[in-house]
Amino acid sequence: MLSRVAESVYWMSRSIERAENVARVVGVNLKLEIDLSGLAQEQWDPMVQVSGGHSDFQKRYDAATRANVIEFLTFDRKNPNSVASCVASARENARTVREMISSEMWGEINDFYLTVTALDARERALRDAADFFQQVQRTSHLIEGTKNETMEHGEAWHFSQLGRYIERADQTSRILDVKYFLLLPSASDVGNPVDDLQWSALLRSTSGFEAYRRTFGLVSRESVVAFLLFDRQFPRSVHHCVARAQTSLHAVTGTPLRRFQNQAEQQLGRLVSELDYSDASEVIGRGLHEFIDGLQGRFNQVGDAITASFFSLT
Amino acid sequence: MKFDGYSTDGFHDELFFKDGTPRPEARALVERIEALSEGELARRHQAAERALLRMGITFNVYGEEPSSERIFPFDIIPRIVPSDEWALIERGLQQRIRALNHFIDDVYHAQRIVADGVVPAEVVASSQGFRSQCVGLDPPGGIWCHITGTDLVRDRDGTIYVLEDNLRCPSGVSYVLENRAVMKQTFPKVFEGLAVRPVGDYPGRLLRMLEEVAPRRAGQVSVAVLTPGVYNAAYFEHSFLAQQMGVELVEGRDLVVADGLLRMRTTHGLEPIDVLYRRIDDDFLDPTCFRPDSALGVPGLMDVYRAGGLTLVNAPGTGVADDKVVYAYVPEMIRYYLDEEAILPNVPTYLCWRESDRRYVLDHLDQLVVKAANESGGYGMLIGPHASDAERQDFATRITADPRNYIAQPTLALSRMPTRVDNGFEGRHVDLRPYILYGNEPFVLPGGLTRVALRKGSLVVNSSQGGGSKDTWVLG
Repeated sequence: MLSRVAESVYWMSRSIERAENVARVVGVNLKLEIDLSGLAQEQWDPMVQVSGGHSDFQKRYDAATRANVIEFLTFDRKNPNSVASCVASARENARTVREMISSEMWGEINDFYLTVTALDARERALRDAADFFQQVQRTSHLIEGTKNETMEHGEAWHFSQLGRYIERADQTSRILDVKYFLLLPSASDVGNPVDDLQWSALLRSTSGFEAYRRTFGLVSRESVVAFLLFDRQFPRSVHHCVARAQTSLHAVTGTPLRRFQNQAEQQLGRLVSELDYSDASEVIGRGLHEFIDGLQGRFNQVGDAITASFFSLT
Repeated sequence: MKFDGYSTDGFHDELFFKDGTPRPEARALVERIEALSEGELARRHQAAERALLRMGITFNVYGEEPSSERIFPFDIIPRIVPSDEWALIERGLQQRIRALNHFIDDVYHAQRIVADGVVPAEVVASSQGFRSQCVGLDPPGGIWCHITGTDLVRDRDGTIYVLEDNLRCPSGVSYVLENRAVMKQTFPKVFEGLAVRPVGDYPGRLLRMLEEVAPRRAGQVSVAVLTPGVYNAAYFEHSFLAQQMGVELVEGRDLVVADGLLRMRTTHGLEPIDVLYRRIDDDFLDPTCFRPDSALGVPGLMDVYRAGGLTLVNAPGTGVADDKVVYAYVPEMIRYYLDEEAILPNVPTYLCWRESDRRYVLDHLDQLVVKAANESGGYGMLIGPHASDAERQDFATRITADPRNYIAQPTLALSRMPTRVDNGFEGRHVDLRPYILYGNEPFVLPGGLTRVALRKGSLVVNSSQGGGSKDTWVLG
């Protein structure tokens, strides 16, 4: 397929996944807001921290209030990672490749854009926040489902999967990182109800609480890290995502797994093997936040390698 | 919702006789629409518009927020063409397209028609679409105008005239298909038992035609659609046709000439293209051959074309017959090349470069429509009876300064059709653009784009000038 088209499909899917995860990050706090009322103060600053737009936010907003953070993460078109920016960019990309994606899929993406940019969207998000952000997630799922059921699982689909899973791996690591920025009332509160509720909120906002319970039972830091980073079956765990990304990458090239013919295969393969042979206690021992930071650097390298291998052919 | 009180106001109406009774072919349609309540009709009209918005069949309103995309206005009352009338239109268009193709081929070879004194040499040479770079070229099968959209109008007495031939990159066929899809979705009952001929096979026909005209070398033919890009007003159509044909939609930056073939940059390296359905003008195809300042084209593309390694659709240079002065000679072309009389008449046309015609035009500007020979989209046009003195004076000056560039025609009383306005039906003027594909044989799509001038009394149907569209039902 055309390099330009492959690139647009890849970024279209990354943008939709990013929009969904911004909604998930906001969702963490909407859940905590209710659970923690009376136990601790609500904190909106961490949501901005993990989105990577902290310095931009500080320049343009006076305080990390609920309304400001929702505006910045959801509707602010100057923030390239806001839901509205991501959806607009996904739609622009979809528009340039609409001959490759199915009509049904284009219709859903276009609907997504029309919903998020509707005149009353801002008012709805502030009034019925939980409802609004759930709708963002649902729409993202609808697009993904429509894609899987209406588009042939050929090269364009694999580039879409590649984008989707690389982005999701990155975003799950960011959701996990929220806990680093969430303050506890005091250091001795580790393991108390507030701590517990915060971990649970993270799990819930990845849709993973129930799956976690079945596998690990009670909530503990080590188990949550094991689940969100290393679980093989949970579709939002980092390991699962990079493994799926790798499958699609090799489907595009036809290179057997464990071999590589280009930088993208090399970088991604290396990352998968490292995650294959790591575990939660090791990560926590080295420092979870530092590990996540390193992981995000690796995702960027993989992204650059994909661009070099497929999109910038001269 | 009733048609009570609907008046044809003395115009030819596509659905009603002058006495207000429906034409036989429209009777069933009128009954079904009258059976719908006003609220239901309004609801379905909104549903149709929502469907068009959802499919992104929109244009941007410049200078407003990104969310201010508008759909092209769509009217739910379809035009109906009975089968005998369609048969005449079909034969007329096939005849016309054969003659035009002969003419273009002749222009770039021996120019017999000029030598025999049928078309003046200066008319050919001064046509803005003439490309000297195309002299001597032999496109596969001798076909130059593969895809044509011909504009037809009907006058007060019911006669159908050819208003103009669009032989370069005619657009609008995607609206024909989408309008039909939306009508079927929102008014399924209205179609029942009417034997409306389908239009949905157009992309398949188009693909087959493109494969028919492939260079001989090709085994598995690789077809692509070339678009100027996502900001072009017709981008929706380009991507729609590529999608429906299942071929690549390429931009200039995706293409390169290598090893004597046109190739596209893919994730697996460079791959050849055999047939390029290009939706950009000749001038932007190849900067080394046409306009050197064009950033859109592909250097060397014309060399590949000349060597027979690529088919361009339509062929470059086809625009020579798109000129409104050349248009005036089409009936003579039909006589000259086919030894037949034109089945569909031209609108009588005054050529301002002829002195006697010019004098008549200048004396009758308040009765005539004046058009610039090389403009389209409703630009560069004067509708004499509706114009101000200043506008007429302005055109008189322009005609005197550059007579070759102007033609004039009597102001036709274009036929009208009931159109939903506020909460009732009013007559609005319409035209019809059928689409013709020419590969092995000319094929006329049974349907077409009915454009409607939504402004009361307006005769200008172009979408850039306040026009909308309707579905067109050719009955079987």
